[in-house]
Amino acid sequence: MTNMRALYQEVILDHNRKPRNFGPLPEATCQATGDNPLCGDHYDIYAVVEDGVIQKVGFHGEGCAISKAAASMMTVRAKGKTVDEAREMIEEFRQMLTGRLDLSGEHSLGHLTVFEGVSQLPQRVKCAVLPWHALDAALRGEEVTSTEGEADVWTEE
Amino acid sequence: MTWREIQKDFPILNQRIGEHRLAYLDNAASSQVPQQVVDRLEEYLTREHSNVHRGVHALSQRATESFDQAREKVASFLNAPSSAQCIFTRGTTEGINLVAHGFGRKFLGKGDTIVVSALEHHANIVPWQMLGEERGVSLRVIPMNDRGELLLEELPDLLDDSVKLVCVNHVSNALGTINDVARVVELAHGRDIPVLIDGAQAVPHMKVDVQELGADFYAFSSHKMCGPTGVGVLYAKKKWLDRMNPFLGGGDMILSVTWEGTTFNEAPHKFEAGTPPIMAAIGLGAAIDYLEGIGLDAIGAREAELLAQATERILEVDGVRLYGTAEEKAGVLSFDVEGVHPHDIGTILDSQGVAIRAGHHCAQPVMNRLGIPATARASFAFYNDEEDIDQLIDGVRLVKEIFG
Ligand SMILES: Cc1ncc(COP(=O)(O)O)c(C=O)c1O
Repeated sequence: MTNMRALYQEVILDHNRKPRNFGPLPEATCQATGDNPLCGDHYDIYAVVEDGVIQKVGFHGEGCAISKAAASMMTVRAKGKTVDEAREMIEEFRQMLTGRLDLSGEHSLGHLTVFEGVSQLPQRVKCAVLPWHALDAALRGEEVTSTEGEADVWTEE
Repeated sequence: MTWREIQKDFPILNQRIGEHRLAYLDNAASSQVPQQVVDRLEEYLTREHSNVHRGVHALSQRATESFDQAREKVASFLNAPSSAQCIFTRGTTEGINLVAHGFGRKFLGKGDTIVVSALEHHANIVPWQMLGEERGVSLRVIPMNDRGELLLEELPDLLDDSVKLVCVNHVSNALGTINDVARVVELAHGRDIPVLIDGAQAVPHMKVDVQELGADFYAFSSHKMCGPTGVGVLYAKKKWLDRMNPFLGGGDMILSVTWEGTTFNEAPHKFEAGTPPIMAAIGLGAAIDYLEGIGLDAIGAREAELLAQATERILEVDGVRLYGTAEEKAGVLSFDVEGVHPHDIGTILDSQGVAIRAGHHCAQPVMNRLGIPATARASFAFYNDEEDIDQLIDGVRLVKEIFG
């Protein structure tokens, strides 16, 4: 059984209590909604992208501590990245949660490795991935995304 | 028999989840299966297994006899006038869909209305919405109060001439409310409107008499009452079974088939196309024997005791909020902890060996009515005990500790 203190680390609890960049971003150039119909988690992700660079990311919505902290930390981490860099980070984050990323090697996740513990809990992987999934959709110009259906490729090996 | 001894009938409970004792409190989702039922399934598989109603050989006769006996047990369990009125389905969901198909598509049309309640499981909402979409039938909802009790005093106003069916659950899976279904039947029948009762959460916990209730349709699932998955029952009044359309077409549901057409068999066979879930039905029969051996009144009383204790203890934890505080309640404790999402509660409890369910419990309209996304739900069976409650409360305290 995963140690709960390793899962719910102070950083995650802090972002859950005081989410950063929380609230709609009226100046967003793209946005997408992420839904997990199985548990009702729901987030709107907003991004301001100029000349291929992400100037700002914001989010709004409700869900569990894992998904909310994931969204909050994502908004901080993605700011200032190019769209290509963000895509790579999204892919690495997904690989970490499905246990396929060697964290001792080179990666761009920084503090986001606090979510590594989630990979031990298959039922919670979707929670952590949801906001990233929505950011990916927003950057690709899609507006709605869901953890279910076709989108399941996200958490599959 | 003491409750301690009865627990020994459930070997699955005696295991560790990581380093913790298992406290299984997800009985409303699926209950556990006692050794007596496991033994009966083994006997069937090692001595009797074959197809029913088809063979002249010894095994087929044995299987047919056991299968037919299981139906008799169901009929006596429900006090149905005849076992021919007890149709084996895949579960509650299929039973309700069978009615939507066989009754709904036959008798309902544009402008008609179905009344459901604010407490329904998706299984008793979606089939009616689908029928509504297809046939132009609309839905009307019996409202509930903040405690999770249906406002039955408003039902008479909902029952006008357009209403052709009332569908309500006997016990709410999300909040545990025991609904006064006898009153619903009385009001509906006063206007000649038939009533379907979703009994999935009732039959494991109380004596149900379909004749006394006057239900037109009553559906339940084996896996919530100590039986195996894969089978359930739909009871219906004979007058409806005789007039309803069949559900699926195929073998066993026919009397004769020619290229010119088909004559259907009578109930229950008319509604049981193909090879039925023979093994699961026999297991359900054994589960009925098992529950009746203990006595449903004793079971209900034990569960009420566990619920009362758990309710009192969980309310001692700061920040815990209960959902569903009806006067008449079965063994369901829906709750959350201020500032903590139910999913996080579920994960932390799981790490302590406590199995509960977190989510909307297939009852999103109930969650919307209460203005919450989800709840954590502990649900009790007679084989739970005080130690399970201790473990639940310790787990909830750990949630508080972790989330500060
Ligand atoms: C009240 C109620 N109705 C219907 C169902 C559906 O039962 P099943 O999934 O066995 O078809 C359930 C259980 O999930 C339930 O609790």
